[in-house]
Amino acid sequence: MSDKVVSMPNEERFQARIDAEEKIEPKDWMPEKYRQNLIRQISQHAHSEVIGEQPEGNWITRAPSLERKAILLAKVQDEAGHGLYLYAAAETLGITREELIERLHTGASKYASIFNYPSLTWADVGAIGWLVDSAAIVNQVSLQNTSYGPYARAMVRICKEESFHQRQGYNIMMTLMQGNEQQRAMAQDALNRWWWPSLMMFGPHDGESAHSAQSMKWKIKRRSNDDLRQQYVDQAVQQALAIGLEVPDPDLVWNESRGHYDFGEIDWAEFERVINGNGPCNRQRLAHHVKAHEEGAWVREAMAAYDAKRGKPTVDVA
Amino acid sequence: MSDQSKLYEVFVRSRRGLDHKHVGSLHADDPEQALEYARDVYTRRGEGVSLWVVAAGDITASQESDCDSFYDPLDDKPYRHAAMYDLPEGIDSL
Ligand SMILES: [Fe+2]
Ligand SMILES: [Fe+2]
Repeated sequence: MSDKVVSMPNEERFQARIDAEEKIEPKDWMPEKYRQNLIRQISQHAHSEVIGEQPEGNWITRAPSLERKAILLAKVQDEAGHGLYLYAAAETLGITREELIERLHTGASKYASIFNYPSLTWADVGAIGWLVDSAAIVNQVSLQNTSYGPYARAMVRICKEESFHQRQGYNIMMTLMQGNEQQRAMAQDALNRWWWPSLMMFGPHDGESAHSAQSMKWKIKRRSNDDLRQQYVDQAVQQALAIGLEVPDPDLVWNESRGHYDFGEIDWAEFERVINGNGPCNRQRLAHHVKAHEEGAWVREAMAAYDAKRGKPTVDVA
Repeated sequence: MSDQSKLYEVFVRSRRGLDHKHVGSLHADDPEQALEYARDVYTRRGEGVSLWVVAAGDITASQESDCDSFYDPLDDKPYRHAAMYDLPEGIDSL
């Protein structure tokens, strides 16, 4: 950092750091809106990791073999870990874990809408690992370069663990596609239901995204929604074709001159509906989280009681 | 150095964006003094942009001798690694 930058007023110095591709660290001065914007995005990301355990967790006891069960358990355990990395990163911005959970429970804070769809068959576990984790990875790889240090470092850690997630999902789909007619139909049905929601994961078109412009200037976001979505489509279509699946989009066509797939328009009315709380499982997902949190109260209380007995200062366990 | 001086572990962030890394330890009477000593001992040549000092007594560490049983539950899970899953012909970006 040059002397010139050090003598600037806060806001200018902050932006100069960002323009120079330097990271912002927890004790640096930062605009209040940058802080709030980050808390919103990181906590939404953390909640997604945790709520995302539900559709997959639904199949742990019914996995078709002991090996698949062990794999799924390991995957869901990773997602819990990702939630932890991200909550910890959000906490460096001066918000407590309790406040973050509270915001989730009151609906003030959102999570990825895709987890409001039900996992109806075993093939859905394949589709989630393959599509949802792939889409998450495309986004998370770009966020390894986000401007806030703790968030960027959490992304690096998470990305390292993700490739097993998408591969195990893809492997489930591939195995089903090598099976009998019923199994192939099951895989295709899962793709049909998860394809469009997975495209929605990247959010509204660039022109319509409420937080995009400022987030790009602050380098919280590094690539636009449409840009990331295109990369995901290009990869996922190839992967679908390679195992004999058909992508449920009549407008999908390879565009030679762009070097990308053209694809159909997302049903934005459905996107809005689910994001505003009226998807198939919104209420169930939140109710389950609230219930798990409340049922865990006795553990937090027991730990506090144990600490008190050993003469340690008690922490608030609300 | 007084008799009461405590051992502190020192962590340096060499550049913004990187994790603090353990670089060594030193004795000091209080955290502020430890920070100044750390600056003088570990960052004389611009090695860091941020320093952490932590009283060694406040660190809870795993024991080398417990290693086998401590990490054992994690050793037999090759399926946690992407390399365990074969990919079809022509697909490599996964
Ligand atoms: Fe994750
Ligand atoms: Fe994942």
